[in-house]
Amino acid sequence: MRLAFFRNRTAIAGGAIAALIFLTAVFAPWIAPYDPLDQDPIFRLEPGGEEHWLGTDDFGRDVMSRLIWGSRISLVIGFASVLIGMIAGTALGMIAGYYRGRMETTIMRGIDVVMSFPDLILAVAITAALGATLVNLILTIGVVMIPGFARMAHSALLTMREREFVIAARGLGARDRRILLKHILPNIFGELLVAGTLWVGVAIRLEANLAFIGLGVQPPTPTWGNMIREGVDVLINAPGISIYSGLCILITILAFNMLGDGVRDMIDPRLRGI
Amino acid sequence: MFQYAMRRAFISIPILLIVLTLVFVVVRVLPGDPAVAALGDQASKEAVDALRARMGLNDPLWLQYLKFLGSLSRGDLGTSIISGFPVATQIASVVPYTLELTFAAVLLGYLFGIPLGVSAAVRRNSFVDYFNRVFSLIGLSVPAFYLGILLILVFSVKLRLLPVVGGGEFWDLEDNLTHVALPALALGMMMTAYVTRMTRSSILDIMREDYVRTAHSKGLSDRKVLYKHVLRNALIPIVALGGLYVVVLIGSSVMVEIVFSRPGLGKLLVGAIKQRDYTTLQSVMVFYAFLVVICNLITELAYGLVDPRIKYN
Repeated sequence: MRLAFFRNRTAIAGGAIAALIFLTAVFAPWIAPYDPLDQDPIFRLEPGGEEHWLGTDDFGRDVMSRLIWGSRISLVIGFASVLIGMIAGTALGMIAGYYRGRMETTIMRGIDVVMSFPDLILAVAITAALGATLVNLILTIGVVMIPGFARMAHSALLTMREREFVIAARGLGARDRRILLKHILPNIFGELLVAGTLWVGVAIRLEANLAFIGLGVQPPTPTWGNMIREGVDVLINAPGISIYSGLCILITILAFNMLGDGVRDMIDPRLRGI
Repeated sequence: MFQYAMRRAFISIPILLIVLTLVFVVVRVLPGDPAVAALGDQASKEAVDALRARMGLNDPLWLQYLKFLGSLSRGDLGTSIISGFPVATQIASVVPYTLELTFAAVLLGYLFGIPLGVSAAVRRNSFVDYFNRVFSLIGLSVPAFYLGILLILVFSVKLRLLPVVGGGEFWDLEDNLTHVALPALALGMMMTAYVTRMTRSSILDIMREDYVRTAHSKGLSDRKVLYKHVLRNALIPIVALGGLYVVVLIGSSVMVEIVFSRPGLGKLLVGAIKQRDYTTLQSVMVFYAFLVVICNLITELAYGLVDPRIKYN
């Protein structure tokens, strides 16, 4: 399996870019040439040069330093929200698929209700209700991620619960919790991991969308979505601010999509090259 | 088919009822007082109290909920607390713009995505295939609002070919098309990338089927096999998943409408949130849920058109 991953050039490239972004986020205080919040009104909207490689924004803040620091918010929200969605969604989907009956109807109809709204509309409404803070954003995007994981776990459980090893475990007197966690979960984890990798990109895009509307982590904290929005106000004079910030989002999402595709090929070789 | 559609619509009613309840709850927990939002921070306490009473905000929650359901059942979406216009009129004035944008994006998606996907599958592992795979990967990764900004920079600011913002006069064809071109391109990129990928993988799957081998061994030309046998069968998942993807486009249209300052449901929604216009917000959200249910229903019915094996019982 490891060999299959290392043979997949797309996955390696995606993984390498994702790792680079992760390292940038971790070492931001040491890599960033300036404090991302330091304002210098004399050097407003400076083009890129020796002192400020990517120029400065409307408040004279160094764009490159803000981009480097911005990676932290995107990655934290991307990973944490997918983790919440994965844990809650998988638990709900597994319970619904394992116990069936009224429990299944209740959970899956609840999932249908959440899926009645486009992702972004749901995220906008919840963020507006809870308030735009980092924790609330993670929770909001996590909630939006739940239905996808729940449906995936549910459909996997429907076939898995009738498999011989599950029936055998039940026959040996194993408790439901043990069957679900020790026998079934490891068998569906690969599929969930692939979806999780791909959905990190979706979560990062959702965060950028919310930030662009003004419902993201509030300024002056640097986030890529905030920076695109601020850049739009000075698009004619300093297009670089929006272009560079958007490019960061694009590259990050691209990296996770490439990595996700690669992991999927690794787990299910039938899909290789498709 | 009509009977099936009616039955499916009937099944959707309980879900829509729960959706309405959810919308009611979400809007009620929004921070801030709607009456203060409508009158402004400087308004006197008497004026705020009077407006609260007029809006029914002093009633118990269950009564507010019943009134909300009652009004909706009569098709009354209420009056905007900010503009004073009926919300139904506001929605009716912008829905054509959102539907037009979404429809144009879907059209672009299928128009370009299917030929791209076919060319990639037919020339598997060639330069064309490699190019299409990179294109679809980027297309699926680029946020629509970012692409919108890039398109504005190139086509409106640098080349001055198309208008920067606005929706234009809806019934003036030329004005309308020039205003919808860039937003549709920004939104359609995702759909094109998705359809390209779907078409490619679907065709590659079908090409392995026995009946395709039989068609080849009968001496049919490659072209005939591709269009008569492979593509028709490959279209089934493309239509099915493409239809579901329309829901994603409806959501993403919000961002495109904001970037291009184009009238639409998304702009109405975000405006309602920023102004704390609760009546408009809850109605727009209900309308979005209604749109999703309709889209899902149309997708299910479309299966029958592309796959004659499907019978609606």
